[in-house]
This record gives sequence, C-alpha cells and structure tokens, in this order.
Amino acid sequence: MIREFGTGDIVYLVFAARWTLALTALAFAGGAIVGLTLAVLRISPLAPLRFLASLYIQIVQGTPLLVWLFLFYFGLSIAGLPVNAWTAAALAYSIYGGAFLGEIWRGALIAVAPTQWEAGASLGLTYVQQMRHIIMPQAVRIATPPTIGFLVQLIKNTSLAATIGFVELTREGQLTSASTYKPFAVYITVACIYFLICFPLTQWSRRLEERFNVAR
Amino acid sequence: MSRVELINVSKQYGPLRVLNDVSLTIETGEVIAIIGRSGSGKSTLLRCLNGLEPIQSGTIMIDGVKVNDPDTDLRKLRQNVGIVFQSFNLFPHLSVSDNITLAPRLVLKQSPDQARKIAADVLARVGLADKIDAMPQQLSGGQQQRVAIARSLAMNPQLMLFDEVTSALDPELTGEVLRVLEGVAREGMTMILVTHEMGFARHFATRIVFMHEGKVWEQGPVAETLSHPQTAELKSFLDAVLN
Amino acid sequence: MKYGLQFRDVFAAWEFLLEGLAVTLALSVCTMVLGFFLGLACACARTYGGARFKQAVTVYIETIRNTPLLVQIFLLYFGLPSLGLRLEGFDAALIALVINLGAYSTEIIRAGLEAIPKSQIEAGQSLGLTPWQIFRYIIVFPALKAMYPALSSQFILLMLATSVVSQISVQDLFHVGSIIQSRTFRDFEVYTVIGCIYLALAFMMRGVFAVIYRQVFAR
Repeated sequence: MIREFGTGDIVYLVFAARWTLALTALAFAGGAIVGLTLAVLRISPLAPLRFLASLYIQIVQGTPLLVWLFLFYFGLSIAGLPVNAWTAAALAYSIYGGAFLGEIWRGALIAVAPTQWEAGASLGLTYVQQMRHIIMPQAVRIATPPTIGFLVQLIKNTSLAATIGFVELTREGQLTSASTYKPFAVYITVACIYFLICFPLTQWSRRLEERFNVAR
Repeated sequence: MSRVELINVSKQYGPLRVLNDVSLTIETGEVIAIIGRSGSGKSTLLRCLNGLEPIQSGTIMIDGVKVNDPDTDLRKLRQNVGIVFQSFNLFPHLSVSDNITLAPRLVLKQSPDQARKIAADVLARVGLADKIDAMPQQLSGGQQQRVAIARSLAMNPQLMLFDEVTSALDPELTGEVLRVLEGVAREGMTMILVTHEMGFARHFATRIVFMHEGKVWEQGPVAETLSHPQTAELKSFLDAVLN
Repeated sequence: MKYGLQFRDVFAAWEFLLEGLAVTLALSVCTMVLGFFLGLACACARTYGGARFKQAVTVYIETIRNTPLLVQIFLLYFGLPSLGLRLEGFDAALIALVINLGAYSTEIIRAGLEAIPKSQIEAGQSLGLTPWQIFRYIIVFPALKAMYPALSSQFILLMLATSVVSQISVQDLFHVGSIIQSRTFRDFEVYTVIGCIYLALAFMMRGVFAVIYRQVFAR
C-alpha cells in the first residue's frame, strides 16, 4: 500500500530523531569512559600501558565502524550471546568512539604545559593530585571544542546503526521511503533534520575554538 | 649539618656533560647567588636540588636527606624546598588564593580556613594582600611572580630556590620582585638564586658562585669576588655583564 | 550450543574476497584523485575567489559536513531515480564519495594554501612573476607539503568509509563479507577477517604515504 508523503511523515521523521539523539548520548557516555581511560593510559609513565592504549587506538582507527557494528550484532548473537540492536550499537560505538575521543583528550592533556606539572610536583603534590587539580581543569577547557566536533561526527555515525536494523532517523527514512515511494523527498527531509541538529553544534564548536585561541 | 651539600655531582644529557663533578656546601641562612653564562649548568643545578632533574653520579643532601636516592620520598622533601620559576608557573584556572592554598590543603592537610589565613599572611609579605581573589591573568608579570613566591612561602620551606625569577620580567617590574626577595632574605631564609641581577647579589647575597662549563669555577664572599675575580673566565664574564 | 571458531570457510572464499578488495581499492583511489581536485578547486575558490564563490563553497561544505554519508549515498542512489536519473551502484557510490571527500578536503587544502607566508608571495610579485607562476612555483610545493599529513589521514578515513557503499549493494570488500556470511553463517569469523583486511589496508596506505612523503618532500 503506497501512501502519500505528507506533513505527517515529516513530523514522524523529526520525532524519529530522538532515537538518534538517544543512541548518540549512550555512545558518547560509553566512548567517554573508554576515551578517558585511553588518554590517561597514553600519558602514563609506564611504557606497557602506553603501548596497549596506543595499540587499541591504532586497531580501532584502522577498521570501519560497520565492521564493529556487524561484529557485535551478528557475530556475538551467533556465538550464543544475547545481543539486541541497542547493546550491539552501544558496544560498537563505545569502542569506536573511545579511540577517537582518547586521541582528542590525550592531545588536550599534553597541550597543558609541562611547567604546570613541574610547579605542582615542586609543591609536593602527588601525580593524582596534580592531575585532578591542575592538569585536568586546563585540559578540559582545551578539549571542549574538538569534543563537540566529535559529537557531531557521532550523530552522523549513528546513521550506520540503521544497517543492523536499529530504528533511528535513517532507518525510519528507509521505512518511510519504502512505503511512500518518494525516496528523494524522504531523504532530503532526513538530511535536513540531521543538518538542523549538527550545524548549530558545529558552529558552537567553532565559536569556542575562536574564543579559546583569543584567550591563549 | 649543612643545609645543602653537593658532593661530586655530575649530570649529562646524552653526550653533553651539563654538570661536571660539582661540589658545594651551603649553610643555613646563607643567600647564594649563582652566576654564569647560559649553558654553564646553573639552572640545571637548581633543578637537581629538588629532584626535578636526575643526576648520574654524586650525592645531593638537603638537611641530611639524600635527594638522589630512589628510596627518598621526594614529595616530603619538596615540602621543605620551595622553588620559584622564571615563567612563574601559576595555575591559570585558579585564583591567587586557590593557587596559594592548594598545596597547603592537599599536602599539609590544612583546613581551608587555616590555609586562607596563611595565604593572606604571605600575600601581605609580598605586598599583594588586596589581590587575594584575583585571577593570574589580571596581574602584571611582576605581580604574578610575587604571587609565585608567596605560593612557595605558604608551604613554610626551609630552603628556597629561585631560577632567574626576574629574567622574564619587563625592567620596571623587576624592582618589586627584588624587594620581596630582600624581605625573604632578611627573615633568615636559606636561599639559592640563579640570577643576572648583580645589584641584588652585591647587596643581599652572602656568597657568589660562578659556574662555567658545568663546574663551580670560582666562589667566595660577594664583595670581594666581584671586585677581585681570581680566574680569567670570571673576569671576562663580569666585564661582559657589568658593561 | 557450543560455538567453535571456524575460519576455514572464510579463507576458502579468498578469491571472492580479493574481488571485493579490488572494488574497494578502485573506489578509494578514484575518489581520492577526483576528490582531491574537487577540494583543490573549492579551496582556490575560497582563498582566491570572490564573495559569490566563497558563499557557494561554504554552503556546499556545510551541507556535506553536517549530514551523514549514508544519507548522501541513499539520496543519490534511491532518490535520484524518482527525479528521472538512474545511476549504477558503483557510479552513485563514486559520485557520493567524491562529493563527500571534496568537502572535507577543501578545508585541509585551504589550510595548506594559507600556510604560505604572505611575504613569499610578495617576494614573487616583486620579482615580476605572474599570479599563475607564483602559484605554480612558490605556492604549490610548500602547500602540498603542509597539507600532506592531514590529507593522507583523510584519505585513509575515506578508504574505511567506502565500506558504507555495501549498503547499496556495491560489491566492495564489506559487501562480499556479508555475502560470505549469508552463505556460511560464520558471522564472527567473517567480520573479523574483513576487519583485519581493512586494518592491513590502512597500515599499508599509511606506509605508502610515508614513503611518498620522504621521497618527495624530505629530500
């Protein structure tokens, strides 16, 4: 049964975006945990830890996101583990996003001048105290613009979850396109919705970057 | 027991010998001015004293504690050794008060009220009592350096190290910092300063140490050594610097 | 149900995998070349062009960078036919990828062009060189050197992103993987192998780019 593509569909698609945002939030949370761990490991004074973190990042950044999605969704379920689209997606995006966030945050950590570490050490602070009170606050400020930029990437990347049947904006687009036979209109709408979500974030990231460069 | 003892200290960066068999003894209450050309090893020497840089051979003792011993608790040592850097190294995201109270709270486990009272005291000593809640960016270079000195003083150290603390300042701002250093010296603090400020050295240092090519080339009472240098190198250094 | 890892079925299809790999490589290389020139054109328009050009390029870049690649591909492959233009899978994929890469490359190339100090250009002008000569002899080489690291990273990202074309049934490496999976039901093994092949590709690309850099720029 073919139905017309009307305002109802547009509204429906707009609401479908909430799943995109939900998945993004979940992915960001998971990726943040992984990324933070990796960043700290990467600047650890212990070489094996640095190596492991580096290896992880190299491997993840050298494989397509689709591989991780399919690996977790199809691969794990065939191995007998109960996996639904949410779990698979959450795992895949956390692993994938963690690698990129780890690099961004490591960059921010090492951007804090080594003299700040020295000043803290000379006052008798422990490594943890230096990190917590001196380095992290400054690193967070540096990391914010690129992290927002990464958030935009993540929002776009959630579209790939459609390939494992996860129902978010793109998947709803596919379904709507199939039932209205108006793929062009549908996908233009979908693209616009993504644009309206991503563009403000991109601009915000740029403004923060400029403000930060001025302050330096 | 001397406050600071360096015994046959050597340090190298790869093939480059930065400190070459340096021996030096410093007693409590002395104010030592270390002078020399860049690359003579003077800043490195200072940084080795609080363990910021490792040494390859020799011994450094501060109040009987061996600095270069791997078993030594450097953190505990650093509570007694204050250091002020050329580029101030204030924490830009913390206010002056937070900069000064951070270590007393975390390391000396003082209560916030206690720490803040001490911060007010040391700021008064450096003449910046009214800036207690300012942010570092709002202060001039001279003011930031004075806050840095106050930050070290708040830990009540037995020894203070100063690494060319006026070199990064505009000339008109060095005066205020030197005045603070005078005050600290008058209070009987043991001080080791790497400096180019000959005027300060002449008036407040008890001993001058001239370093050249990683060695203690010449040392002695300030007035005498500066007016009657024994070695050719010190002579030419003083000629270049004082003219 | 106990699951034993069984890679044999996957390796048995090595010829098929190679075909998919060839498609991925072909797609990647063509996109890199075309995408680079598109980016170069837009970067020049941005840096040296008038306000109209600048605006047009900005609209292009912002649109592409704020929408997902998958949606862009769907638009070209599923959307265009309803307007009367039917594209082959490979063609639609290539066009979408080129448009996508062009948008990201523009910024990178522009940064490279603007990294040339103004004084260099002024020196050329003072010597009486024409704008084209200045571009060719003073700007091109240092700009390429400046943009090389970021651009090669972007190219590797692109190669990995080509996996997306599997969703419009282009027989690239990933799609071949899906087909093998549907025949052998060895999901875990198939995608692990596919992942390793992509990883190896990425490493090789990085190596090739490094060698090129040393040969061309670090004489």
